Amino acid sequence: MSNETLLSVKNLEVMFNTPKGDVHAVRGVSFDLGRERLGIVGESGSGKSQTGRAILGLTAANGKITADQLKFHDVDLANLTPKQWRKVRGARISMIMQDPKYSLNPVMTIGDQIIEAYREHHKVNAKEARHRAIDMLDAVKIRDPERVFNSYPHEVSGGMGQRVMIAMMLIPDPELIIADEPTSALDVTVQLQVMAILDDLVRDRGMALIFISHDLHLVSSFCDRVLVMYQGLVVEEIKASALHEAKHPYTKGLLNCLPKMDGDHSDLPILEREASWAEG
Amino acid sequence: MIEINKLNAWFDDNHVLKDVDIKVPKNGSFGLVGESGSGKSTVLRTITGLVDDWEGEILVNNKELGPKRDKAFYRLVQMVFQDPFGSLHPRHTIDRILTEPVNIHGLGDSDARVVQALEQVGLDNSFRFRYPHQLSGGQRQRVAIARALILEPKILLLDEPTSALDVSIQAEVLNLLSRLRRELGLTYIMVSHDLAVVAHMCDDIAIMNHGRIVERASATQLAEGTLEHPYSQQLYKAAGGYDRAVIDSFVDWD
Repeated sequence: MSNETLLSVKNLEVMFNTPKGDVHAVRGVSFDLGRERLGIVGESGSGKSQTGRAILGLTAANGKITADQLKFHDVDLANLTPKQWRKVRGARISMIMQDPKYSLNPVMTIGDQIIEAYREHHKVNAKEARHRAIDMLDAVKIRDPERVFNSYPHEVSGGMGQRVMIAMMLIPDPELIIADEPTSALDVTVQLQVMAILDDLVRDRGMALIFISHDLHLVSSFCDRVLVMYQGLVVEEIKASALHEAKHPYTKGLLNCLPKMDGDHSDLPILEREASWAEG
Repeated sequence: MIEINKLNAWFDDNHVLKDVDIKVPKNGSFGLVGESGSGKSTVLRTITGLVDDWEGEILVNNKELGPKRDKAFYRLVQMVFQDPFGSLHPRHTIDRILTEPVNIHGLGDSDARVVQALEQVGLDNSFRFRYPHQLSGGQRQRVAIARALILEPKILLLDEPTSALDVSIQAEVLNLLSRLRRELGLTYIMVSHDLAVVAHMCDDIAIMNHGRIVERASATQLAEGTLEHPYSQQLYKAAGGYDRAVIDSFVDWD
């Protein structure tokens, strides 16, 4: 893995204007990303998803993004026109969302959706595109790619649907994948199998990955580095392999409050939040 | 307290429960674990009368259940569902949500009962006249538990009661459920996809796959990891996080 910086985020802020007043969802997040797997972990409302969405310019219309720097290679992501965004989104940075049930088009066959994603960024004829799509379904370990190619999303299982999403997002060969809870809707074993597929493809193709999840254990067993977010702030950055050396009380609290299979039925430690954690 | 013998259930032509046997002693806590489609929730739904097509024997408090459940049954057995966003009426206040079962059962004294139920789940009186959307997920699940408790049941059927919650909130709700069982002498059947949650909460555990119980284990056996059936072993290993070698050893159980 090279140390070349792919993405540089400095002091990223996301602010939403709502009828109940301003909501400061992301407050000064900074990180540099090379060709590595970075985990962003936090509970609901921590700003982890909004951080991912802001990178890809997907923040909702009532949100405002500011950053001292938001650079992908030498492209300044903070000031792209919609036309320039189309050259980046999907082609160079793409995103895998949580639930394939809602992120696949229900009235279009899976094959047509993958082809659409591919031909948006590559000028090839229909036959070549079909060929590439089937290869890609094969690469995500779908046993009968021809059948799935001709199926509609409701005809496949959740795990299969998420493999299709991965195929669709990876086929334009982006350099950076942002995966927002890509496996949270799946059963544990299927979840791990889908992660293994993602892992292999990201490695083989030398892509960078931002893996957003609420599951601290899962992320640290999968990524190289983890950012722990709390109320819009990064409260701790740790090497994934050194999770047990986490210092911030929030990170420690998150780890401690998980039930364990140790035969102990006594009460779980409760995470006592301190006001100081939310101060930048 | 609950005894189920040779329970079979069907959804049209789909045979979804196959010879399920469960025994839960008074004040016991029994856990059902499995992946989606294993039939774990269907067991609870059959007990509460939400499944029509079933055969077998269900005894609650030594009384065999027929095809219909009467009011007395629901005073004894209450269920808490997974999603506190879907299970509370969005346009009813918490007060109305909690009062309704009291009125249906004609218990009277609803005012004092609502106050007590809220107190039992650790919510203060200020929540009483709010609407569900003004509450967090954890608070809503507390309301759902309060609604079940307000009839003073002896048995709670818990269907993934914490899987929609953040882990720190999950810990609080699990502690609440443990305390209520101790203090009120309740009997639980708890369904979860999370082996660790069930291991923490239950004395006896059954692992389900495709409508069948494939293995039974005590909490101690789970702690020691001495499971025998290959399916339960796989589930146990999957709970350990991302490990490439382990994943490659997975078998499909379709």
